[in-house]
Amino acid sequence: MRWLLTALMLLASPAMAEQVVADLSQNRVSITTSFEGSDIFVFGAVSRDAPAPTDQGDLEVIVKVIGPSAPVMVRRKDRRFGIWVNNDAVEVDRAPHFVALASTGELDDIVSFTDRMRYEIGYDHVVRLIDAPADVENVQSFREAVIRIREDEGLYKQLPDAVKLTSDTLFSTRIALPANLVEGDYLARVYLMRDKNVLDAFETTIAVRKAGLERWIYNLAHEQPLIYGILSILVALGAGWGAAAVFRAFQR
Amino acid sequence: MNIYLPIAEVAVNAYLLLGLGGAVGLLSGMFGVGGGFLMTPLLIFIGIPPAVAVATEANQIVASSFSGVLAHLRRKTVDFKMGLVLLAGGLVGSFFGVELFQFLRELGQVELLVSLCYVIFLGVVGGLMFIESLNAIRKSRSGKKIATRRRHTWVHGLPLKMRFRASNLYISAIPPFLVGLLVGVLAAIMGVGGGFIMVPAMIYLLGMPTNVVVGTSLFQIMFVTGFTTLLHATQNFTVDAVLALLLLIGGVIGAQIGARIGVKLKAEQLRILLAGMVLLVCAKLLFDLVVTPAELYTLGAAGGH
Repeated sequence: MRWLLTALMLLASPAMAEQVVADLSQNRVSITTSFEGSDIFVFGAVSRDAPAPTDQGDLEVIVKVIGPSAPVMVRRKDRRFGIWVNNDAVEVDRAPHFVALASTGELDDIVSFTDRMRYEIGYDHVVRLIDAPADVENVQSFREAVIRIREDEGLYKQLPDAVKLTSDTLFSTRIALPANLVEGDYLARVYLMRDKNVLDAFETTIAVRKAGLERWIYNLAHEQPLIYGILSILVALGAGWGAAAVFRAFQR
Repeated sequence: MNIYLPIAEVAVNAYLLLGLGGAVGLLSGMFGVGGGFLMTPLLIFIGIPPAVAVATEANQIVASSFSGVLAHLRRKTVDFKMGLVLLAGGLVGSFFGVELFQFLRELGQVELLVSLCYVIFLGVVGGLMFIESLNAIRKSRSGKKIATRRRHTWVHGLPLKMRFRASNLYISAIPPFLVGLLVGVLAAIMGVGGGFIMVPAMIYLLGMPTNVVVGTSLFQIMFVTGFTTLLHATQNFTVDAVLALLLLIGGVIGAQIGARIGVKLKAEQLRILLAGMVLLVCAKLLFDLVVTPAELYTLGAAGGH
């Protein structure tokens, strides 16, 4: 909170009329064995050097949390010889693993298309298909499939009206990160808008990392696969021996 | 209680995994099979990626087969020489199986391959077992003695003959090597021990005495699944130790209870129950392949670039 106050004071002087400052309840999420998802509380305020303008439209806020992007291979099944087989495949060049868009209203009503494109607000602007193969029909359906499947898995979500704005100054929202999260640096961005134009933006990162036993096992499996394989077998042999020993004890 | 699996990268209910391990362990204890053919499809149904399910199941079978081998060693019902020949074939088969698995994974066809293998092998083995045990029940009802099997087949005409003392056999090493090879490939692709193929092959094809069959096949399975685990761990990074451990705990307890129930049932009844179960899993997998899926698209990691 001290950081927030310093930021507020620093922001008191500049030329822009309205600016946004924000913070998160946590900048770090640890994926441990018992990880069941996490709630991130995003809160902040609008700082002004003059009273809020009355001749412009309402103040609107969008909070975007976006996970690491990676290309995704999307495959479509077709019926071949009576069974369903993966056939056409399209690589969607960029798709975040997770994206949440919380706002004070429907995105179409509060921000212009140009700014949605510029600030990558909306599924269509974060899930990108750049060079599509020419020999596959209906290529866009592959991109839409990424959005649909990840929405079903709770990884993509649009939450209109989820941001609470108090007396045009204070705002807050809660974004739930699901349990099926992957590691990486997640970006939290806050956009401030009037008349569908972005006035100011604020950005911070959330570090999502595997921790403890999870970290150890994952690292071992990828960095020392041979040792990991041998260890897995030894654990299995130990358990098998233990079972036989217990069984024998029962028989006596 | 949800638990986050480090390699599968999904959160699954820990009690569900313990329960699955227990249920499959119960059945494997009752019928004397590894239960991999039930567990791998079940893991895929609950949302474990198929590649992780297959590799992790191989790891779990190491434990259950080792436990079984120890019991058979005490009773001296393991034919080591036969086991080693089967194992030599198994290691070669496992190596090619993992290579094939990786190749098909890159093509995006691994799920299809796993499903097709299951449908074909479960269908054939389940069907044969069902017919055979029906006949056995009918014969025992009519009071006739079951015909003894022929001890000399085409198998006995091949070169490279070896003497297997424990099995009381003098046959070519080629058929057991090939049986081992087939089982090794299946272990790598299907995440099963392969006992349900190997045991009938040893009895009917090689003519081994029934009392050493189970111990010897477990001996081979233990090494082949161990080798498969190692290959999957080093080449595909798909062995999930946490998942394996949870399945193990449930499986070990289930197997103890199952073995006690199994003793109380007649052999023919056991076999017909097992055959029914095998055919049920087969039918479910076939149904999923034929019926139009709810979601035609699947997502995977992009690779190769």
